[in-house]
Amino acid sequence: MKEASSQEIEQNAAHESQAEFAESTDQYKVKLSMFEGPLDLLLYLIRKEEVSIYDIPIARITEQYLEYLRAMQELDIGVAGEFLVMAATLIHIKTQMLLPRDPDAPEEEIEDPRNELVYQLLEHQKFKGAANVLHQRAMMEAATFTRPMDGDEENPEVAATLFQLFEVFKEVMDRRKAISEIEIARDEMTMAEKIAEIKLMLNSSNEISARALFERAQSRREMVLIFLSVLELVKELVIRFRQSRTFGDIVIVKRDS
Amino acid sequence: MTVEELIPIIESLIYVSEEPISAKQLAAILEGESVDDIQTATDQLAEEFNSRGGGLELRQLAGGYRITTRPEFSEYVRRYLKSQPSARLSLAALETLAVIAYKQPITIPEILEIRGVTSTSAIKTLLDRRLIVAKGHKQVVGRPMLYGTSKDFLIHFGLNDLSELPNLEDFEDLMTS
Repeated sequence: MKEASSQEIEQNAAHESQAEFAESTDQYKVKLSMFEGPLDLLLYLIRKEEVSIYDIPIARITEQYLEYLRAMQELDIGVAGEFLVMAATLIHIKTQMLLPRDPDAPEEEIEDPRNELVYQLLEHQKFKGAANVLHQRAMMEAATFTRPMDGDEENPEVAATLFQLFEVFKEVMDRRKAISEIEIARDEMTMAEKIAEIKLMLNSSNEISARALFERAQSRREMVLIFLSVLELVKELVIRFRQSRTFGDIVIVKRDS
Repeated sequence: MTVEELIPIIESLIYVSEEPISAKQLAAILEGESVDDIQTATDQLAEEFNSRGGGLELRQLAGGYRITTRPEFSEYVRRYLKSQPSARLSLAALETLAVIAYKQPITIPEILEIRGVTSTSAIKTLLDRRLIVAKGHKQVVGRPMLYGTSKDFLIHFGLNDLSELPNLEDFEDLMTS
């Protein structure tokens, strides 16, 4: 099990290094593109300088950090705002460290201005490690397969898109307009109530036709409310859409658990 | 039914289920059988099944049981299915996913605080691939959306439940060592 997966990881690593090689015409560029964000760049500098993360020589690291930012700008790489925020933070820490300490302040009350940054770097480092392990697990998992799902010939499930749902909505809306222009004011209904109502309907029958649902609406306002509620339920993974054939009716299906 | 009688029934149920089938689901189908017996039968089945050294494996995934092919034979299975390994997640998406997995439920601003970089596109990718789901709103000003990992996340990373995630503190010493 391990053999197969480690082989795969190696293959991927080989693939990656090839890509890097292709880009190595401009080494600086490759180096810079490695950095996901300002914390990544800082970690890289700390490692390169072989200094302790708990005792960062802030002046030296700040200087190097700014140098990298300048290089990025020269290479026309858009420097994201986050990098600039970090530069400001570094400079702020640097100035704080230059300020003379209050000689009368008790020892334990003096907080190192670098503490928060160190904490952030350590957290970041942890998640990088975790991301790496997740990646390896995913590679291993991708090498296993399950029994392919039986295709239901009579009812091939085509996941309907939101766009298609909107089409149905528009269609019903247009038809309603044709029937009557008069709208009767109803009690104001909230979206929370509408969502509860749809959930209740799904409890008694697991499937509802989207068209039928929209047609129940007594007013344009209610129809919009239904549409928004359906979107919310999709987002909360309570329901999914199913369409048995292209342009067929969209069925709202309750998801398991 | 005896445990011996339950084993082949459970095996057939695991075979036909499209998602990992949980002990609870098994118990619901095997109405009247004791939960303990079902558990014993399933454990015994898994042991027999996996000691056979065949091309299949009975595993515990996402809180249920599932039969998968062994990774050793992925090359051949892929050749038959003509499938490509699915697109890999970018580093940004993986790191964002790691933050969500360990800190869930979590809002986007909280993720930004930890990563020091905006994660909007990474979050979109993760939502599209159903590895994360919205878990309601946080009851603070602006009611930001909370995110957490999904069942698909567990399946994708071969985890039975979230407690199987590696301990975050184990990565702490990487910097200092």
